[in-house]
Amino acid sequence: MWSYLLRRLVQAALVVAVMATIVFFGVNVIGNPVDILINPDFDQEEMARAIKALGLDKPLHEQFFYFVKNALRGDLGISFVFGEPALKLIIQRMPATLELAFASLFLSIVLGVPLGMYAGLKPDSKFSKTMMAGSILGFSLPTFWVGIMMIMLFAVMLGWLPATGRGETTDLFGIQVSFLTWDGLTHLALPAVNLALTNISLVMRLARAGCKEAALQDYVKFARAKGMSEQRIVLKHILKNIMIPVVTVLGLEFGSLIAFSVVTETVFSWPGMGKLIIESIQVLDRPIIVAYLMMTVLMFVTINLLVDLTYSLLDPRVRLGGAGK
Amino acid sequence: MSIDSEAANLPANLPIEAPVPEKAEHPFRRFTSQYCHSAVAVMGLIVLVAIVLVALLAPWISPQNPYDLGQIDVMDARLAPGETDFTGEKVYMLGTDDQGRDMLSAIFYGLRISLTVGVISGLIALSIGAAIGLLAAFYGGRIDAFIMRIVDLQLSFPAILIALMLLAALGRGVDKTMIALVAVQWAYYARTVRATALVERQKEYISAATCLGLGRARIIFRHMLPNVVAPLIVVGAVQTASAISLEATLSFLGIGLPVTEPSLGLLIANGFEYMLTGKYWISVFPGLALLVTIVSINLVGDQLRDVLNPRLSR
Repeated sequence: MWSYLLRRLVQAALVVAVMATIVFFGVNVIGNPVDILINPDFDQEEMARAIKALGLDKPLHEQFFYFVKNALRGDLGISFVFGEPALKLIIQRMPATLELAFASLFLSIVLGVPLGMYAGLKPDSKFSKTMMAGSILGFSLPTFWVGIMMIMLFAVMLGWLPATGRGETTDLFGIQVSFLTWDGLTHLALPAVNLALTNISLVMRLARAGCKEAALQDYVKFARAKGMSEQRIVLKHILKNIMIPVVTVLGLEFGSLIAFSVVTETVFSWPGMGKLIIESIQVLDRPIIVAYLMMTVLMFVTINLLVDLTYSLLDPRVRLGGAGK
Repeated sequence: MSIDSEAANLPANLPIEAPVPEKAEHPFRRFTSQYCHSAVAVMGLIVLVAIVLVALLAPWISPQNPYDLGQIDVMDARLAPGETDFTGEKVYMLGTDDQGRDMLSAIFYGLRISLTVGVISGLIALSIGAAIGLLAAFYGGRIDAFIMRIVDLQLSFPAILIALMLLAALGRGVDKTMIALVAVQWAYYARTVRATALVERQKEYISAATCLGLGRARIIFRHMLPNVVAPLIVVGAVQTASAISLEATLSFLGIGLPVTEPSLGLLIANGFEYMLTGKYWISVFPGLALLVTIVSINLVGDQLRDVLNPRLSR
């Protein structure tokens, strides 16, 4: 177990290092670092001073060393627009994004699993067929377009739900959250559903396939032969077994939720870090761009690591298979 | 996932000898008749052909050139679908945008741009991905391991994040958006081609070609390539649909195509401002065009997968 853990940790650190290098060279070699890191309103003299202050007159490998050193201390530069450390701004916006992502994750499970199980147990019913056909749309429709349609339908035409913003927030352990107030909840509803659609479809398909497979297994036949009620078989035996793939896939998809929240946050003006990065790209506020990319990569790698480790705890075959070589 | 799903882990298009038909039927005819088994797929193909024709012929069939300032009039701005212009002569079937542009024409031109960007970047990604996948499969060993590591690393990040990274470094523009789309897609092609080519490499015709002393390039591109085309076509269809969708998303976010190249995504973004005041048509109709395009490509791709997959052949 420990060697497995160590190997995975080294791999994760390697990925972060590679991505940091790519981001660094993306900013410093492909883009012009003078345009990127220095306020374009500066005059010649100020610019020369800033170039020196940022160490841009030094050779590239020294600059890279400088970047890594600062990044390790959590210093990723100061935003041009806000005049504050970029990392701090990203972290300030992070709870809103995480709230949205967790809300979507929750919706994917509570909607996707029952619908998928129903479709798996009653594959010939009209409802199942409609839902499965609908799930194809969930995959193929562009998120931003579905979001716009939701705003049109529920906010503009029916007027049931607000279209933009986060609504009233409350303080939970020092973090502002929306889901504890009614107003916040109504604001959360549309963006969360929008972000969840792809994953609801995905979970539905997984649950359906798992259910079909599980229904043929001996333990289900045996439970039936024992005279166990159908409800108990489904809820107790089948549900437990299909949750393993569902949880794994959703764990891995959590990173995508954060990446895709860029789109949903822009459509619904949700004040998270995804909206911040788009605004920053448009005004070329590059320290924030670098900070966002680094944070997202870090989050991604951490999530993948956690999912892998949890999975190897649940299923010993995974780590034995890897360590056997 | 469960250990018994080993079958699902095998390469998707494991070729199995196709049953020899009793009387020789032209492969193209067999292909056509199999394709036509599904009415939905035929519909999808018809719609797709119509869309491509509209995109190709946009300058000749549009009611107006929406980007010729002499043909549009701000007096006609934001007219609802079916309203006539201020002289009472022209009818705007799908309404007009904030500049007084006919939406129908704008959509025709938008389709042209969206399809061009999607298809060209798809073809470039296909060529690069297929070449890399073939090399990985042919040489194997370290080269293969190295290439597949990169592919796995890239595919572990969602497409939109990779595109964001590139566009943040490169800036906005047609060429830059296409670079981002190619960078996002090549790995899918490389993986598909490698999986199929690995199976092909074991076959006798490759050994025979090697024994004959043919050059490596000739073996790879003349002998191996034609045999991995079927899965490439299928992945190509799905990837083109997602490239069009991703381009629309990036353009909608304002980081993809520049405003001088108004693709469907930019048209939708432009109309989004007016959505909250109930002027739905500026956003909704370009969106519908995008939707129909993506769905029809996916329908055709799905059917192609079924027809070209030898495991399912009747």
